[in-house]
Amino acid sequence: MSAPAIVVDGVSMAFEHEGSPLHVLENVSLTVTDGEFLSLLGPSGCGKSTLLRLIADVLAPTSGTISVLGRSPAQARRERNLGIVFQQPVLLPWLSVEDNVALPLRIGRWGARHPDAPAPPALLDLVGLQGFERARPAQLSGGMQQRVAIARALVNNSPILLMDEPFGALDAITRDRLNEELLRIWTETRRTVVFVTHSIPEAVYLSTRVAVLSSRPAGIRALMEIDLPYPRQPEMRDTPRFTRFTAALRNALEHP
Amino acid sequence: MTLPAAPSTPGGAVEPRSRARRAGGPVGPAKRRASGWRHSLVSIGAFLAVLAAWQGIVVGFHVPVYLAPSPLMVVRALRAESHTLLVNTWPTLIETVGGFIVGNLVAIVAAVGFVHNRTFRQSVYPLAVTVRTLPIVAISPILVLLLGNGYAPKIAIAALITFFPTLVNMADGLTAVDPQALELMHVLSASRWEVFRYLRWPTSLPYLFSALRIASTASLLGAIVGEWIGSNSGLGYLIVAATYDYRTPLLYATMAVASALALAMFGAISILERYAVSWRQPSGVGAD
Repeated sequence: MSAPAIVVDGVSMAFEHEGSPLHVLENVSLTVTDGEFLSLLGPSGCGKSTLLRLIADVLAPTSGTISVLGRSPAQARRERNLGIVFQQPVLLPWLSVEDNVALPLRIGRWGARHPDAPAPPALLDLVGLQGFERARPAQLSGGMQQRVAIARALVNNSPILLMDEPFGALDAITRDRLNEELLRIWTETRRTVVFVTHSIPEAVYLSTRVAVLSSRPAGIRALMEIDLPYPRQPEMRDTPRFTRFTAALRNALEHP
Repeated sequence: MTLPAAPSTPGGAVEPRSRARRAGGPVGPAKRRASGWRHSLVSIGAFLAVLAAWQGIVVGFHVPVYLAPSPLMVVRALRAESHTLLVNTWPTLIETVGGFIVGNLVAIVAAVGFVHNRTFRQSVYPLAVTVRTLPIVAISPILVLLLGNGYAPKIAIAALITFFPTLVNMADGLTAVDPQALELMHVLSASRWEVFRYLRWPTSLPYLFSALRIASTASLLGAIVGEWIGSNSGLGYLIVAATYDYRTPLLYATMAVASALALAMFGAISILERYAVSWRQPSGVGAD
């Protein structure tokens, strides 16, 4: 539980914007321990997603270093140590639900080289989509599509799951249900989760720890341990302890 | 929170909808077929009305046959000259299909090259546009001079006419991929070939078929223009010959055959499209 899964050390990131650099992240340092559920909480457009993309090796930092399980992000990516879920499901509409989940196994013949990888139908069971194997993504609701995306992120058996506002585009009821589902999956599969969100209650409900990011250029403003017991029940949201956490996080977001 | 609860969560909110759709599956298409029939009836009715008006005008105003024959005379010509028409349809069909295949294949390969090599794109694209601006009627004699009097120049003209729309559409389609899907491919460390196979190619198919539908009728036009310039067989040749001899009913009958050929090509592509990009017609709800 204590070995670091991800170490972000003094990372800055600037984009070229109309000739001048746009500083998105400034000197961010963060350690994600193995098996924890860490949420990155911050206002929209503050650079939380950029931080996630740096860890996933989609972007390279301007300065600073990132290590994933003791390796470079590029190496970790090639070894499929990272599963990723975006805000949009990003399913391929011409593939069936099952083939979408199996896509990571086909690429690089990963499945053929790793016979121990979980079977896509079993993962569809895990995310509550049994019976929809042959359906096309367009036949599913937004919430169901996002479940398919989660199953696809799990198919590599990656020890780290990166989630970029995965439920941000869903209605509140579906979002709450998927939060419970995600916690169930997290307790069943025990992997490290880095979860980007701009919802304070969502961050408190899910996380073992919440990192609060300031607005651009983003830095870590506060780190808060959420020591509510697991399994977490929906009713917990109404307890004074829960609201103390949400109040403290809101305070950290609004007053530097 | 436990497994049994899972199916009745967000899925539960939606499952009835999709189950209803599954049960409603046979109803949807049947309903659509019924409205499809009504559409066809309206189209056929309008078509027949035009023919009837034409017949009425030609007979009523005593229009001379060499100027404009009545539809009934065209039908008679179709029957009387069926052998001539059939013999001349064959070469045109070969040239049309040949040109269609060659032009589109070259266009698809070039579009794939465009996406994967910038230098290739920058050198070939202006060339393609320039060739496109040359009037096809002017290029045709040149091609006949170069390639002789056989099938080759007609296939070349038909190919040339189909090449450009397919090139442009296909190049657009191959680059119209969702940037997030590209990010996903990157996270999965997909090779260029895998990105092409799993992402670019399927994304481009609807674009390709839009182009192929245009190309299906354009290639026939190319073949006929080629036959005008220099040929002693084919529908294009027949059009020229019938015009010179004032055999106007045969001219009209040839046009009807050419039109039927184009429709058949168009129909074949549309059927192929329905199978190749079946995922674009979501079964149910959205369509109604």
